[in-house]
Amino acid sequence: MLHDLTIHAAADLLRAGEISSVQLTEALIDRITDVDNDVKAYLTLLPELALEQAAESDKTIAAARAAGSLAALPPLTGIPLAIKDVITVEGVRTTCGSKILENYIAPYPATAIGKLVDSGAVFLGKTNTDEFAMGSSTENSAYFPTHNPWDLSRVPGGSSGGSAAAVAAGECLGALGSDTGGSVRQPASYCGVVGLKPTYGRVSRYGLVAFASSLDQIGTLAKDVTDAALLLGAIAGYDPRDSTSVSVPVPDYLAGIRDQGSGVRGQGSGIRGLRVGVPKEYFIPGMQPEVEAAVRAAIRVIADLGAEVREISLPHTDLALPVYYLIAPAEASANLARYDGIRYGLSVPGETLWDGYRRTRGEGFGSEVKRRIMLGAYALSAGYYDAYYLKAQQARTLIKQDFEAALRDVDVIACPTAPTTAFRIGEKTDDPLSMYLGDVFTLSLNLAGMCGISLPCGFDTAGMPIGLQLMAGAFQEETALAAAFAYEQATEWHLRRPKLEARS
Amino acid sequence: MSLTLSEVEHIAELARLALTDDEKALFREQLSAILDYAAILQKVDTSAIPPTATVLPLRNVMRDDAVQPSMPVEDVLANAPAAEDDCFRVTAILDVTPS
Repeated sequence: MLHDLTIHAAADLLRAGEISSVQLTEALIDRITDVDNDVKAYLTLLPELALEQAAESDKTIAAARAAGSLAALPPLTGIPLAIKDVITVEGVRTTCGSKILENYIAPYPATAIGKLVDSGAVFLGKTNTDEFAMGSSTENSAYFPTHNPWDLSRVPGGSSGGSAAAVAAGECLGALGSDTGGSVRQPASYCGVVGLKPTYGRVSRYGLVAFASSLDQIGTLAKDVTDAALLLGAIAGYDPRDSTSVSVPVPDYLAGIRDQGSGVRGQGSGIRGLRVGVPKEYFIPGMQPEVEAAVRAAIRVIADLGAEVREISLPHTDLALPVYYLIAPAEASANLARYDGIRYGLSVPGETLWDGYRRTRGEGFGSEVKRRIMLGAYALSAGYYDAYYLKAQQARTLIKQDFEAALRDVDVIACPTAPTTAFRIGEKTDDPLSMYLGDVFTLSLNLAGMCGISLPCGFDTAGMPIGLQLMAGAFQEETALAAAFAYEQATEWHLRRPKLEARS
Repeated sequence: MSLTLSEVEHIAELARLALTDDEKALFREQLSAILDYAAILQKVDTSAIPPTATVLPLRNVMRDDAVQPSMPVEDVLANAPAAEDDCFRVTAILDVTPS
């Protein structure tokens, strides 16, 4: 089935002339029609735009074939993708999963979107997200929850749950998400796909609607590590429009994973001697025993491939959750001050200007967004700034120093992506703190400014996917991808697909 | 620690959020629980630790002061709830009623 293809397999078929991008795009649109009533991954579908882009790509491919320059085609030419609805596509509605932006039409494209357009990608639609990316289950979407393709009664994770579910359900070949505290890696883990969070500064944030500006980063969701490398290569790079993007050369990530050691794919010889640290603080009482068993088994596979595995310590791990849930809301309370009902978005008139602000925001924002704005405003307010916000920033330094010290001795850190597999819809919505605890293994990476990847490493007895997280230092995406690729090629977890009945 | 209702109302005012009475009661309880959890930070001695505001080295980003095309006014105003004479229209900020 065409919708089951990886990006790299589809790219090979497109170049060989065995399929066209229009055929591929039509197959994906059919798949969405068949299963999205159950999965509910998409907020907005763009079939006309997608077919137009696909027809254009077919012309580009035909011209390249005639000119004998197929090898020079951008790798994503004609590939149908999904975009998390916090990233702007020009002329397309961008809701951020919020009622406050229900009718907002983006006037300009995100830099990452412009780069995907230049790569010839096709956009199928915008995917569901927790409101303003605040959440771990996609239940905080103001529109509807997304369902996990492996078990429709469970959450897909979040906040990029729509993108992760769309990839897992075969409703796109790959997707963009965003990761502020785990929002790409955790849903990837819950949905059994590969989620890559690049280093802060690796991908431009221009056109990514701001949540927490010192932590936000666009990431990728894909069916395997090769696809993750292709997507990252297409969107990475310095952007003068984002002063926090960094001018570091973008390596050929695909060549990086394919040229491991012997140069033969699948032998995994490239990680011989790679130093892999296993943080003892990431195997905690209360985590699901099947998750611990699967991750420990995955680490043994990595050791068998020739990596030097050793236990390490990240002593300030228990501070990551409180630090994150003070810093991210503080930054959010400042960023979301822009929703005042004047320049765009919902506007509820009041008797005075101030009254209008209060009503617009009171009606436009959902519970979790209000909760975080309140928490952030409190942490920044007179009398509490030093005790909460400044204290959190100081503790952030300790977390960052933990990783800097660890990465002097190891190249990659291996641990679980989340303490459990996907939970049931509605199970945690009344208890925000218990929802936050699910992010305990992903937050620290954002706080420390590193990169990381989550990839499938097993299933629990209920049939839900388990994720292995591999972290690497700033701008060491090649190292994380190499370790992930070696593990993936030695196992078959990434080849499993959920069984979804067509019901249109 | 437990937030009082008046503290919740004060924070809502700082954040310009109109809350219902039910929301105030719920947030009072939930925010108190989250702040209790965050109290773990108070046990860490950070007196000699500098704060981290960003993971990147801070630097000035300079560019030439060159004129570049800007977005057309109609595009800028396309999402505006109310516009007039190429401007965003807002409720009066100052009360100019003669006393």
